[in-house]
Amino acid sequence: MAIANYLYLSAILFTIGAIGVVVRRNSIVVFMCIELMLNAANLAFVTFARINSNLEGQVIAFFTMVVAACEVVVGLAIIVTIYRSRRTASVDDASLLKR
Amino acid sequence: MNLLTLVGALPLVGAALIYLIPTKDSELVKKFALLVTSLVAIAAIFLAVGFDKSITSLQYAQSYSWIPTFNINFALGIDGISLVLILLSTILVPIVILATWNESEGGRWSVKTFYVLILILETMMVGVFAASDLFLFYVFFEAMLIPVYFLIGGYGTGNRSAAAVKFLLYSLFGGLLMLASVIGLYVIAGNQIGATFDLTQLATLEIDNQTENFLFLGFFIAFAIKAPLWPFHTWLPDAAKSATPGTSVLLLGVLDKVGTYGMIRFCLALFPDASKTFTPLIITLSVISIIYGAFMAIGQKDIKGLIAFTSISHFGFITMGIFAMTSQGMSGANLYMVNHGFSTAALFLVAGWMMSRRNSSTISDFGGLQRVTPVMAWSFFIAGMSGLALPGLSSFVSEFLVLVGTYTRYPVAAIIGTLGIVLAALYILIPIQKTLHGPITEGNENMKDLNLREKISIAPVIAIIVVMGFYPKPVLDLINPTSAKVVVDAGYSDPIAEVNK
Amino acid sequence: MPTSENLLWLIALPLFSSAILLLAGKRANSWGHVMGTIVSASTFTIGLVEFFAMQSRPEESRAVTQKLFTWISVGSFNVDASLLLDQLSICFVLLITGVGTLIHVYSIAYMSHDLDRRRFFAYLNLFIASMLLLVLGDSYLNLYVGWEGVGLASYLLIGFWNQKPAYATAAKKAFVANRVGDVGLSLAIMIAFATFGDVSFAGMKENVDQASSTQLTAIGLMLLLAACGKSAQFPLQSWLGDAMAGPTPVSALIHAATMVTAGVYLITRSNFVFDEAPIAQLMVLIIGGITLLFGAIIGTAKDDIKKALAASTMSQIGYMILATGLGPIGYAFAIMHLLTHGFFKASMFLGAGSVMHGMKDEVNMRKYGGIGKFMPITAITFGFGYLAIIGVPPFAGFYSKDKIIETAFNEGGMKGLALGLATLLGAMITAFYMTRVVILTFFGNERWGHKDEPHESPALMLIPIALLSVGSIASGYILSRGEALVHWLEPVVNPLKEHHEELLPPIVVSLMTLGVVAIGVTVAILKYRGVQADHAPEKVSVLTKAARRDLYQDDFNEATLMRPGQVLVRNLLNIDYLVIDGLVRSVGKVSVTAGNQLRTLQNGYVRSYALLMVIGALALITTIWVVTA
Repeated sequence: MAIANYLYLSAILFTIGAIGVVVRRNSIVVFMCIELMLNAANLAFVTFARINSNLEGQVIAFFTMVVAACEVVVGLAIIVTIYRSRRTASVDDASLLKR
Repeated sequence: MNLLTLVGALPLVGAALIYLIPTKDSELVKKFALLVTSLVAIAAIFLAVGFDKSITSLQYAQSYSWIPTFNINFALGIDGISLVLILLSTILVPIVILATWNESEGGRWSVKTFYVLILILETMMVGVFAASDLFLFYVFFEAMLIPVYFLIGGYGTGNRSAAAVKFLLYSLFGGLLMLASVIGLYVIAGNQIGATFDLTQLATLEIDNQTENFLFLGFFIAFAIKAPLWPFHTWLPDAAKSATPGTSVLLLGVLDKVGTYGMIRFCLALFPDASKTFTPLIITLSVISIIYGAFMAIGQKDIKGLIAFTSISHFGFITMGIFAMTSQGMSGANLYMVNHGFSTAALFLVAGWMMSRRNSSTISDFGGLQRVTPVMAWSFFIAGMSGLALPGLSSFVSEFLVLVGTYTRYPVAAIIGTLGIVLAALYILIPIQKTLHGPITEGNENMKDLNLREKISIAPVIAIIVVMGFYPKPVLDLINPTSAKVVVDAGYSDPIAEVNK
Repeated sequence: MPTSENLLWLIALPLFSSAILLLAGKRANSWGHVMGTIVSASTFTIGLVEFFAMQSRPEESRAVTQKLFTWISVGSFNVDASLLLDQLSICFVLLITGVGTLIHVYSIAYMSHDLDRRRFFAYLNLFIASMLLLVLGDSYLNLYVGWEGVGLASYLLIGFWNQKPAYATAAKKAFVANRVGDVGLSLAIMIAFATFGDVSFAGMKENVDQASSTQLTAIGLMLLLAACGKSAQFPLQSWLGDAMAGPTPVSALIHAATMVTAGVYLITRSNFVFDEAPIAQLMVLIIGGITLLFGAIIGTAKDDIKKALAASTMSQIGYMILATGLGPIGYAFAIMHLLTHGFFKASMFLGAGSVMHGMKDEVNMRKYGGIGKFMPITAITFGFGYLAIIGVPPFAGFYSKDKIIETAFNEGGMKGLALGLATLLGAMITAFYMTRVVILTFFGNERWGHKDEPHESPALMLIPIALLSVGSIASGYILSRGEALVHWLEPVVNPLKEHHEELLPPIVVSLMTLGVVAIGVTVAILKYRGVQADHAPEKVSVLTKAARRDLYQDDFNEATLMRPGQVLVRNLLNIDYLVIDGLVRSVGKVSVTAGNQLRTLQNGYVRSYALLMVIGALALITTIWVVTA
């Protein structure tokens, strides 16, 4: 199996994630799609690490995981707070930042 | 401590001290501001007494390192031209404070803030005329806008915010172009003689023609906006209409002079070749300004607008004198700056009193004032006569020098400019007839004549106008050597000195 | 050249007096007129002292100078404030201060009911100071100060009763018309500086041969323009009639005897320029000829006694200007006519003032009639002035005007014939309209239609008139006896330098002149002998209608200058607002609009931001790909 297929998979996952972020309204799903995109990136990093036979890509993947974890913590907290105050999880209802 | 630094710093110290006075005690604030600015004026007169007329290099020169990384120095020094303009500014400020004693009330902010702004402005005005480091000049040039912006926007009348913004944006636009040129000049200096902002060193640069033209335009447009020259003039009438009379005096009388002063000090000194290239264009713009400003003044219904447009016409004369590149034109232009300052001050202050008494600035609201308020009417009349350059009053000497100096090099421009004196008669006599003569119209019957404070403040201005008309020699003696040097340094010589004598 | 310390006082005394009267305000109301008159009399005394001192000196050292201070000095442009009193200026000094003092005295009585009499005397003194500076300045720039100074004084005095809008407008009109002339003087000075590097009379005269004839012609024409403005010559004459809005003593002093003759002084003073500039000299002749007829024609139709006299002044100054165009000998005759005219015209104006004083300020001659009975002294003195102006021997005008007519004929050729006939025709019309004035005012039936009989004026008014009448009787004989004035002026204008051969003997010219004058007088007597109506006839010839409207000069000016000027100003105001300021405002508008448009992108929807990010990322990648590939 050619190693490039991992990259194709990564690209497909990333695209699915991106489309999900754009089209879905539910903030939890949007959030999960972002996770998907992050992990797609991770996959690409690991693949490149493999291709180039060094460890940098793998290290970056770990960093990404840490960042993703932090993001989940903060993001979920925001989502929960919004849900508490507005009784909705739809991202379109939280358009308070305009103007 | 250097006397020049004292003149510049004293108002700033005064501004700091005014902050200590309680806001409620506005009379004390005013008196203190008057005291400080009078002291500055006296110090400036001592500056003139100690000035050596025979040498043309910078006097009272001093230099402190300010930002060593870019070789920027806090360098000051004055020659004859800067000296007379510093005298003009410092003498006008106390007169303005005394004359417009109550105009700081009823503004957006406190009386205290008004005088703090005025005093900061005075420091900036002295600084801009005294700076001998290009970067320092630029800083003063731009920083000066801030107090004026607040003075118009905070204490003006009518559409004051819009006028203040227009003034600021216009000036900032010019300043931006100038900044580009300043940086360009700095880079070129870095390549040739080592990075410096020192004016005398910058003047020695060898710049290729195209670059020089662009750099020149950057400076010139900034100064043409400031001066203001047609077609960059539209901010002035708006600003003058919205500002208080006192602010307008400083705006038209002093701040605008920075533009024409800059043309002499920077455009001519740093870019003599480009100046030569653009001279025909600038002379044309000047002539247009003279005639256009005069026609516009004739059509004005508002006194403030009228005075603003007469100033545009007069600035046309000043610019024409500068770029005529003869010693008569140059000295005439410099003298004109001083004379215009005083005669506009007289016009605007008296007009301000008229307006505050009548609560209107529309010319047709007045009528027959000569019989109701004779002293005020006479003051306005004499100021007006100075505005139309009646011989025997100060403006005549300068206007005639400009015209005669221009004639020797550009006869056509001088002839068209001379036609301006007929228009001047119209734009002064029409409002004089409408306001002072004719029957006493409704609403003016009980107008009060000038009080003692107002008389005291206008008397020195009128005295200066009359004395300088008959005996301009002391000021000319200060101006002449520097003017002659500017002309020679720009690579010109008087056409008439060659023909005869 | 000898110096004199007195010259400054001639100017300084009235100037200070004027300043004191203006600054003192109401406090000076009780003594202002006395001080003004005393000051004026003392300048006359100084003038007399200087005159006798000058007479006692030998001819070559008669002129005196006084350097006061360096006025303007820049580079090669050096003008001192210094004064020059020579044979020409002393004539003017004596005329100005002499007639001036008499008119001060007259005004004490004439203005006694006016609350602002003090201010009037302040202006009169200001005028005396400016006029003396005008004739005493030793350079064109010094002259210019006096030149505009008299313009200012004239403006203030015409508008003395400026509470009436029409009078204020008349004052403004006079100032503006004068300013047009001043453009000429300014330009003349500039050209002179560019040519000679000097603007003093002496310096220019010395170097006159270095200048090209083009330069001299230009200077000459510009000086002529200046003279036209100040002396109300065609085409700048229209202000003089309106200037009669001023109090009558002003009309006598400024608009008859002195200020309006400044143009004649200017041209005479600049004789060295005109002598070398034939084209300019020809223009002087043409302008003088046109104006002398123009004024005379207007004079025939005016019913306002002061306007009729003003038209006559215009015409007489036309004679003087024409004379100055006749070369060296002409200058002397111009000055002679100027002096005699100063006497008889001032006396007539003051007489008119006396009539108005007795007639409750009525100026319409159609409402006069038979006044001679009630005001005998006024009538007799006016009669002397009348005989002088129409040129009956031995009155003053006979000597001076005949000389001008004679010199005009002696010019020779078509030019001489045309000029001679113009001056003769002028003399005839002058006789006609002056006879008309005299008949309508002093003879015929009483047409004033109110009960109060006119009364003779007080002695303070009559004495000055009487003294001036003595001048209108005797001055001509005195000045021409043994060609006294011609010899006196010789060092200044060289009248004897070239001598025309006489084409016509003087006696023939005199007889011709007397003949046409007789015709004019006869026609006027026949026409106005039996005037009954107290209003002007409506059905009149086209020419009369035109003359009543000043030959449409005002209409012409209005149509060609004022109206287009107003349209231009209106359009400029619009252009300034719409185009120039509009451009600036549109820059602002574009920024604001752009900001408003871009703001809609910030809609607050997370998903649209995300989409934009995706699009942006894709665009970036594509760009990099395209660029690198």
